[in-house]
Amino acid sequence: MAIWFARLSVDRWRLALGPEERGAADSAPTALINETAHGPRIAAANDAGLAAGARAGMLLADARALCPQLAAVPADPAGDLAALENLALWAQRWGPWSALDPPDGVLVDVTGAGHLLGGDEALLADVASVFARRGLTARAALAPTAGAAWALAHFAPAGAILAPDDDPLRLLGDLPVAALRLDDDVLTVLRRLGIRRLGELAGISGAHDDPAREAAARDAIRRRFRNRRSPAANPLLRLDQLLGRMPEPLLPVLDRPQPMVQRRLMEPIRHRSLLDRVMGDLADDMVRALEARGEGARRLELALWRVDGEVMWRRIELAAATREAAHMIRLFAARLNDVDAGFGIEAVQLRASWSEPLALSQADLDEAAQQHGTSLAACIDRLSVRLGPKAVIRPVAHASHIPERAQGWQPPLDPLLPMQGRLAFHARPLKLLDRPEPIAVLYASPDGFPQRFRWRGDVREVVRVEGPERIAPEWWRERSTARLRDYYRIEDTAGRRYWIYRRGIAGDGRGGVPDWFLQGLCA
Amino acid sequence: MSDALVPSGAPAPVLGSPIPPVLAARRAEARWRPGLSQQPLHSEIFASGGEASGAGLALALARDALAAAGESEDARQVLWVQDRGAIRQGGRPCVAGLPPDLRHRLIHVAAATPEDALFALEEGLKCRDLACVIGEIAGNPRALSFTASRRLTLTAERHGVALWLVRLDAEPDLSSARMRWRTRAAPSPPARWNPAAPGTANWHAELFRARAHAPGEWMLSDANEHLHIVRPSASVSAAPDIGDLVRPTVGRSLAARARA
Repeated sequence: MAIWFARLSVDRWRLALGPEERGAADSAPTALINETAHGPRIAAANDAGLAAGARAGMLLADARALCPQLAAVPADPAGDLAALENLALWAQRWGPWSALDPPDGVLVDVTGAGHLLGGDEALLADVASVFARRGLTARAALAPTAGAAWALAHFAPAGAILAPDDDPLRLLGDLPVAALRLDDDVLTVLRRLGIRRLGELAGISGAHDDPAREAAARDAIRRRFRNRRSPAANPLLRLDQLLGRMPEPLLPVLDRPQPMVQRRLMEPIRHRSLLDRVMGDLADDMVRALEARGEGARRLELALWRVDGEVMWRRIELAAATREAAHMIRLFAARLNDVDAGFGIEAVQLRASWSEPLALSQADLDEAAQQHGTSLAACIDRLSVRLGPKAVIRPVAHASHIPERAQGWQPPLDPLLPMQGRLAFHARPLKLLDRPEPIAVLYASPDGFPQRFRWRGDVREVVRVEGPERIAPEWWRERSTARLRDYYRIEDTAGRRYWIYRRGIAGDGRGGVPDWFLQGLCA
Repeated sequence: MSDALVPSGAPAPVLGSPIPPVLAARRAEARWRPGLSQQPLHSEIFASGGEASGAGLALALARDALAAAGESEDARQVLWVQDRGAIRQGGRPCVAGLPPDLRHRLIHVAAATPEDALFALEEGLKCRDLACVIGEIAGNPRALSFTASRRLTLTAERHGVALWLVRLDAEPDLSSARMRWRTRAAPSPPARWNPAAPGTANWHAELFRARAHAPGEWMLSDANEHLHIVRPSASVSAAPDIGDLVRPTVGRSLAARARA
């Protein structure tokens, strides 16, 4: 069964208004607009707007020329899609699973479910009445395939039913080719070819009794669209899907409620000890809820409702999926210090908005092992809750030659991406400064070895040099005026080893005299 | 490994000695040397902030201790904690410059204050999945008092995770660290293929306070992937390593000997 919400965005806008405003809104020509690069463009218009000449896809300025009093309201495509998801879930009242058909349709599998509502006609009547009660314009149709149901819902009279033993080509042959769910440019091509109806596309040769000519004509169209893999761009694929000759996989919408536990308190609490006890109860409940689903929490959100209507949120993220109540309590304890209870907290809710599968495992029976310290994930959680998630990171190699770009940082427990091994031609320092520090260098010739340099106030004599290792700027990332770098490993009289570079060479036309920087400290 | 700086008297490792391991462990080592099995769990290394020798020696000692404990093959993580002053003075670890076996298992913690750094060190010491913890704290912050260092020692010894704390530009004040080192960079031996280039790192390390060992000074090096004491004569010979192609002339040359 396909359900088409013909006016979804307009209906949603209308329902968002108060009941007393709807009469005035219906009589005023109104358009929902999207901001585009060429100015506001109409996404949909209400009945009065359509009567005044506004069409979807029109520029607002053009529509205002036709109807100066046209009101413009911003459209909400994301909200429409979210509403469509909710409708798809809700439509599972008629069948076991449903799929989204963006932007404004829902497909429901009602195979063998019609008799539950007294037959297919009664099912469609139920759909029509239910959506009419909700104030949504909906047209539903039943067919053996999703494509046929979609075509009937969009282009047939309301309540159309295609029985499994009907001949789809004979009944659907008069529908326009737009009923095949094709892209606009393909429709243009078909219109130029003179193909307007499904029947013309199926019986392209005009000779229904000669299979050989039919096959040849069909082959011509297949050659025309031979490099169109996507079904929405290939009319023959779509036709086969409509006729059921080719399977059409659909992605069902599944409802996965987040594990959520809450406590509504008889008396508002104002003290930390009571809050800790509530938190402990919630953590125990959450552990049970997670255990029932075989999952562990990665992100936990705690909401505290105050008597005066204020809601406070505390959110923690965990380095690994966990189901330990003590760990959760300990992490939240550090975050609850600055909670302002005001006149009291009357409801507390704990929600795991991100959870991952975590198999049930045998508890550690060895008592000594439990006392022998924490696991790595728990340690990282404790560190990142106190120091912030950006403070606990793992250095990883990146594909780049520029030293500061050759090293990236990622969360410590994320898997390491496979990297090409580095050639060990060049030694790298043990530590890199966050930003290279400028040094004053005395050299024999502008592009020669450094002889003496001043860094952080004291002058050091260079006794050993290796270099230059020239690293050219990455032209695909940087501006064309970026200068190359000549790196030198140097050692001073005391044996301190540094990694310095000269930015640019004299006379490269990208600036004046090259500067010197100290970037790394070798062990 | 006999050298001039180390007086003789270091007991030679006896394989298959009849002494039971418990007694052998209790026998105090008079002189420190690399590769001892009884490594302390809390050491401090004082170094200058303008060089990476402190971190280099800490890494070398940590890897030496892990190798001596027979855990050179382990894949446990290493926690490296730095406070903001240490990052400003010496920068962050560079993954391409780390020893190859550490590159994939380093977790870096950038703490804003010394208090946060101490918290991170203590949490790291409590974690059973860490091979060791390396800390870098600049100066003598008030938070790193004797009490704090005692806390670190007790935590490390309760959980058996070693801590190597590098103190940059710090005065050696009161501390309960079991071994305290003072280190500075030393001129490196000539590189093998380019005598003008800096060679592998050498550190001048002074052990000035230890429970089980007498104080002493050594030249240490981490070349060839294991910590060893550098003989002073080795740093003088500037000739490239030519293997055993030519027999080295010892003493006077053959011509001089023939003339004599």
